[in-house]
Amino acid sequence: MKLITAIIKPFKLEDIKSALEGLDIQGMTVSEASGFGRQGGHTEVYRGAEYTVDLIPKVRIEVLVDDTQADTVIDAIVTAARTGKIGDGKVWATPVDTVVRVRTGERGVDAL
Amino acid sequence: METALNTGDTAWLMTAAALVLLMLPGLAFFYGGMVRSKSVLNMLMMVFGALFIVGVLWVLVGYSIAFGDSYGQAGWLGNVTQYAGLEGLMTDNPESVYPAMAFVAFQAMFACLTVGLIAGGVADRMKFSAWLVFAGIWALLVYFPVAHWVFNLAGDNGGWIYKLGIIDFAGGTAVHINAGIAALALVFVLGKRLGWPRVPMRPSNLTLVMIGAGLLWFGWFGFNAGSATAANNTAAVAFLNTFAATCAAALGWLLTEKIRDGKATSLGAASGVVAGLVAITPACAAVSPLGAMAIGAIAGVLCALAVGLKYRFKYDDSLDVVGVHLVGGLVGTLLIGIFATEASPTGINGLLHGGGWNQLWLQFVGALAVLVYSLVVTLVIALVIKAIMGLRVSEEQEISGVDLAEHAESAYELGESGGGGIFAGVGHAGRARAEEQQ
Repeated sequence: MKLITAIIKPFKLEDIKSALEGLDIQGMTVSEASGFGRQGGHTEVYRGAEYTVDLIPKVRIEVLVDDTQADTVIDAIVTAARTGKIGDGKVWATPVDTVVRVRTGERGVDAL
Repeated sequence: METALNTGDTAWLMTAAALVLLMLPGLAFFYGGMVRSKSVLNMLMMVFGALFIVGVLWVLVGYSIAFGDSYGQAGWLGNVTQYAGLEGLMTDNPESVYPAMAFVAFQAMFACLTVGLIAGGVADRMKFSAWLVFAGIWALLVYFPVAHWVFNLAGDNGGWIYKLGIIDFAGGTAVHINAGIAALALVFVLGKRLGWPRVPMRPSNLTLVMIGAGLLWFGWFGFNAGSATAANNTAAVAFLNTFAATCAAALGWLLTEKIRDGKATSLGAASGVVAGLVAITPACAAVSPLGAMAIGAIAGVLCALAVGLKYRFKYDDSLDVVGVHLVGGLVGTLLIGIFATEASPTGINGLLHGGGWNQLWLQFVGALAVLVYSLVVTLVIALVIKAIMGLRVSEEQEISGVDLAEHAESAYELGESGGGGIFAGVGHAGRARAEEQQ
């Protein structure tokens, strides 16, 4: 099993959600995140004083999938999230040992 | 029985007093939105705290010091015991146009507001107890006497600034220069915030700042037009000038920002509004609407530039009481000497209208006198309080925030990042359970 994590531009969340629903994905977790990459931060001015804000708001999406699905899911996220401009984000996959569904106690692929 | 009481004047004076009271929450929001989210409540509390303590002192001795007969008719200090407790002012005086208490109430709000203004300089780091002590002593030793100099118009028994012919209709000297320079003195003794100016200190809520500026503007009509103490032509001229100058000032500030920083900001608009209101305060009955707009525009530009001075001279006047109130107060007070016109209710010509240099010189004398007195006495008060009880919260408390340290509250439930949102209940449940087990 794999955990797919994606850091994306917040306004792309709906597109990605629709793309994943088309792939028969059973669930996802979304959280607000902030950070910086090559895009860097932005500048704000208050009464003439410039503040550089390094951390910019992003959305983090986490999806648990079976190994066979991983590449399809990653491709779907990347396609939906891409604007071609700097700051589009990153997607990565990490191996997962165990998954348990809390309600039933099912383990592994059955719990996905 | 025949009475001189004028119901229209009385009604307007009491309405104006209530309008000026509204400036205090207005000021609290204006300041509160500008501080970091961990100090919002403390900022509101400092302004309201000034209101509470100065209100009590006003009744006890403040009104007497400001409006009692001058000792030796010198115009420096009113008779401290003359109206102490206001006991003698409850009877109906058939010779008075409005009841004495209406005027006492109107002027009470001025005292409270002036002290509240100073709080903006010391945001984020002052002990609440030290602030309250400072507010009370400053009112006693600085505001009440200076109000006597400027606002006591009782002929020979009045204040020296008034008797000298210096024009200050609603408090450019007594209120704004006075509070502005006091903030600078207090900041000097208190020191800068941890991390300033290296660490960005972003305003917690600019929406609140705009609401505050709007309330201040609304209340300021009471402040300026109410200072006519009558529902008459003078009040109406002051009213319109207050409106016109403020619009011009906001545009002046925004234009300065657009040229200097590339963007016109909402904080700039709110600040421009206040800068214009400050500058027109002394001048609102002495200039034409065009003169008022000129004063406003000049104040908007100069104050927008002046707020940068603190970075050059390294004093952490957190919310720019110096840049807006001291500079705006000076601009308004001095420009009367230029723009005053005989056609106005005050009826005196400034330089531009052929009145010569005399009025400008007088304005300068008045401004300088208040500035020096307030600076010196405020420094002494601040140093004494610092020596006796300390002015600042501890370093640790300043970092975790004065709201928590001084009031045991937080202003906002900020969701995940603030430890609130869906997780807010977790902490409370844990606490409740712990209490159950005891």
